Amino acid sequence: MKFTGKVYKFGADIDTDAIIPARYLNTFDPAELAKHCMEDADPEFPKKVKKGDIIVADKNFGCGSSREHAPIAIKAAGVSCVIAKSFARIFYRNSINIGLPILECPEAVDAINEGDEIEVDFATGKIKNLRTGEEFKASPFPPFMQEIMDKGGLINYVKAKIEKNA
Amino acid sequence: MGMTITQKILAKHAGKDYVEPGELINCKVDVVLGNDVTSPVAIAEFEKLGVEKVFDRDRIMLVPDHFTPNKDIKSAEQCKIVREFARKHGITNYFEIGKMGIEHCLLPEQGLVLPGDVVIGADSHTCTYGALGAFATGVGSTDMAAAMATGEAWFKVPETIKFVYYGKLPEWVSGKDLILHTIGDIGVDGARYMAMEFTGEVIRNLSMDNRFTMANMAIEAGGKNGIIEPDEITLSYVKGRAKRDFVLYKSDEDAPYFEIREYDVSKLEPLVAFPHLPENVRPVSEATHVLIDQVVIGSCTNGRIEDLEIAARIMQGKKVHPEVRVIIIPGTQEIYLEAMKRGYIQIFIEAGAAVSTPTCGPCLGGHMGILAKGEKALATTNRNFVGRMGHPESEVYLASPAVAAASALKGRITPPWEV
Ligand code: SF4
Repeated sequence: MKFTGKVYKFGADIDTDAIIPARYLNTFDPAELAKHCMEDADPEFPKKVKKGDIIVADKNFGCGSSREHAPIAIKAAGVSCVIAKSFARIFYRNSINIGLPILECPEAVDAINEGDEIEVDFATGKIKNLRTGEEFKASPFPPFMQEIMDKGGLINYVKAKIEKNA
Repeated sequence: MGMTITQKILAKHAGKDYVEPGELINCKVDVVLGNDVTSPVAIAEFEKLGVEKVFDRDRIMLVPDHFTPNKDIKSAEQCKIVREFARKHGITNYFEIGKMGIEHCLLPEQGLVLPGDVVIGADSHTCTYGALGAFATGVGSTDMAAAMATGEAWFKVPETIKFVYYGKLPEWVSGKDLILHTIGDIGVDGARYMAMEFTGEVIRNLSMDNRFTMANMAIEAGGKNGIIEPDEITLSYVKGRAKRDFVLYKSDEDAPYFEIREYDVSKLEPLVAFPHLPENVRPVSEATHVLIDQVVIGSCTNGRIEDLEIAARIMQGKKVHPEVRVIIIPGTQEIYLEAMKRGYIQIFIEAGAAVSTPTCGPCLGGHMGILAKGEKALATTNRNFVGRMGHPESEVYLASPAVAAASALKGRITPPWEV
């Protein structure tokens, strides 16, 4: 998986209420959620984000609730990948489970600015800033999680396991 | 090498003698939980798996509590999905309006989560049950779906930070203040991915309600689970409630800890977490300039009988400040009834507070007390993120029920000893 996209940058501790406010959780329709993605962090974001764009954020991205609506909203908004210094645990788990590519890379976060074009190679964890030419390397996933990602998420992974045992 | 209580519970459920921090394991789960926000997503995913039956209809708990009683048509549709799934699969522990309560108050009260369990819940405050000496952690809807089918979940065995509380707990200082102090110390990601084990003489003397409050907010420090070794206090709570056998685990003397932090509590004051992060804590005496529009006493953090007891003690025979709206939400029907028997509900109503049927309601800005632009609330809940209780430009301050009740009377954040 390789992505190229424009960067939207966010600060530290972006919580799930900022990613998708609870007032919209009376539905789980991805298209509906996408309309309010990141709204409480940047009200303009849902309007300006384009397919393939990339979110780059500081530490502890996705802290707060367990709502899977958060990575779903980001994915449905067209965001191809999220890079952060670190992710909150449940958000990290949910992203893998629903197949939203995420990478932890503190150096990249510090060196990349809002509006930069970057290229991300998910398989190798290589991140390239196309504006400056700088390159970074994110730590790779443990093989088990890579397997879930490769299958397109936890449901497909478990389904394959159930079928094998049947 | 010894193991912590968290390691021991996980090892047992993974069918192993020993597990070490960092290890990826597959575990049997005792309980799988979901609410009206997360279950519909999980049910949709479950359908994709193509299995006919859930792994065990007695081990799945469905508690519609966030937007219930249904606040609008969309949430009514969500609850309908959950209700129909529960009927189709004969889910024993589906809690309809009239029986339901806030999930994390309800399950321990009903004896459905027990010491030694592995519990996963599609709700981040599932960590509450660690107060019973269980391994309990929040997951997403997809994890819930997979576990409803298989009765299993994958985990990375966490490192543990041990928090030792010693000294004499001053008057008015509660479990809420202990956990706010801890989060203020280590920050909102201070225990990211880790187990938080609460120990020490102060914890050993703490009531179950206060222990639930502490374990509840482990997630606010980024923790995977909060946990307290079970003791006599745990046993007397569980006795008479437990619907099945349970196992008591304790950490070994030589258990490995990532870090040990010690707190002398004798000089602690009740605390207030300022917007917009639970780590922004200050002593209540430094918060008295904050004028408030609303007070909420309730939630899975502080909606239990002892929380209502302390609020009633402070509000008895007094009147709510005319410019403050006070909303009190007992966590479950049983708590509500008990509060009624003890006369607390009458005290609240005579003081000018509104008392609601159990619901999450304003805690997540759902309904039952949403804030307008620029308004400030003091709440006994657990999160004060931007827009958490309503308008993105409103503010939430977090504190104990004692501080909340005192502030309700004064219209500004107030130490309990001033009323
Ligand atoms: S009371 Fe608040 S924190 Fe607790 S489960 Fe409900 S919404 Fe979540």
